[in-house]
Amino acid sequence: MPDHENAYAGLLGDDGSDGGESQWAFGTSLDLPTEDPLAGVDATVPEGADAAALAAYCLMLGDDALVYAHRLSEWTSNAPDLEEDIALANIALDLLGQARLLLSRAAAADPSVVPVLPPGSPVPPEDALAFFRDEAAFRNVRFVEPPSLTDGGDFAVTMVRLLVFSSCRLALMERLTASRDAVLAAVAAKAVKELTYHRDHAGRWVLTLARGTDESRSRLLAALALVWPLHDEMFRTHPVERLVAEQGLGVDPAGLEAEVGVVLDQVLSVSGVDRPQVPQSGPVAGGAGRHGRHTEAMGRLLAEMQVVARAHPSGRW
Amino acid sequence: MTVASSLAGPVSGLRPDARPDARPDAWTVARTVVDPELPVLTLADLGVLRDVRVDGDRVTVTITPTYSGCPAMATMRDDLVGSLRGAGYDDVEVKVSLSPAWSTDWISEHGLEQLRAHGLSAPGPVEPRSGPVPLTLVPVRRQVRCPRCDSVDVDLTSEFGATACKALYRCASCLEPFEHVKEI
Repeated sequence: MPDHENAYAGLLGDDGSDGGESQWAFGTSLDLPTEDPLAGVDATVPEGADAAALAAYCLMLGDDALVYAHRLSEWTSNAPDLEEDIALANIALDLLGQARLLLSRAAAADPSVVPVLPPGSPVPPEDALAFFRDEAAFRNVRFVEPPSLTDGGDFAVTMVRLLVFSSCRLALMERLTASRDAVLAAVAAKAVKELTYHRDHAGRWVLTLARGTDESRSRLLAALALVWPLHDEMFRTHPVERLVAEQGLGVDPAGLEAEVGVVLDQVLSVSGVDRPQVPQSGPVAGGAGRHGRHTEAMGRLLAEMQVVARAHPSGRW
Repeated sequence: MTVASSLAGPVSGLRPDARPDARPDAWTVARTVVDPELPVLTLADLGVLRDVRVDGDRVTVTITPTYSGCPAMATMRDDLVGSLRGAGYDDVEVKVSLSPAWSTDWISEHGLEQLRAHGLSAPGPVEPRSGPVPLTLVPVRRQVRCPRCDSVDVDLTSEFGATACKALYRCASCLEPFEHVKEI
């Protein structure tokens, strides 16, 4: 029987003796396959749904979460205090979890989106998608790409970006709970609970910075001007998003703009600041992040995120 | 047969499966497995263990993640497989159920008592909601008592803690910090 009083009991073998096989971290010696976040989940594509479009859509939402989780985790050990370190790491972890489910769902809907790895490679589809796609195959919005700590990075910038991102994603996920795709609907229902905490956290910080000292307020105003030019991209509908919305699988982001605007105006209003009047960055050669066109920061981000996995395409983790 | 994903509440108290052999009942084995990050709770008390069923020699266990990014899902699976194999069930499959999403309302009464007994503040009931999620810019108001001295004079330090499911508090009476399992 497990010892409920002792968190370390489970690290020993079944008989309580370690037999030289003690485990001092998560994991066991059971030789089980890599965990699949959709193990046993019915991933059948709904009747009449375009599987390729569904997969492409899951990559968009998954890549937003993956790339932003990477950026937020840059604050770990760099935040203003330990509590904020933990908060941002928690938010990044929630988004990483959403990304795992969404990338796995993309692979299950259309296996052809998964990069081909050497025969016998143990890399699961979600990891192949995260670590073995090139920049142009990523479908995240450019909004999530700027580094957190360099290029003028500031805590106020992170909080403004988090407020905008979580407000948009929460509005999207609330609607996505009605998706005809049962997997997407389930992922969305859980994401709504998580994003509620993220948005409140960012909103409180924006308010605190705006109503704090002259220094914090001036940094917040600078952050708003810096973050705003790319936020428009999150409401520009890509043909894939239009298609999945028509098929009852996804959400047309253009329909979220007014609702998200109300939330953002509410925060800005109590903070006593005006909505920034700055031009939007606009697409490049007719495309933006959803088309695979990214900012200069994306290449470096992927290099850092992917280098270890790519160096060991047959590695076990 | 009941489908695991249709269960909407705690599953503790389900019937043991009839078994013709000398092995301990699979449900009894599975319900003793503890959560890797909150080892004072079993997966059954936490509401994460959704279903255990035996079909011939095969045991199928269904679990649900607490948060999307719960890093302990693989460990939970391995612990369930390890315990059931140890009890004589060689063919064990652990499935994931995503819907309905886990809620702290699924933590059993015994689980809530275990949390309190181990110095954690237990979650209150989740507020029912209809319509869009409201923005909350003031600190969350909860009926939280210090698990050490029972004072209600407590301050929220952070809505995020050492694991995804906990918020940090400090007691203004005894000055000790403590963790609150936050409602979700």
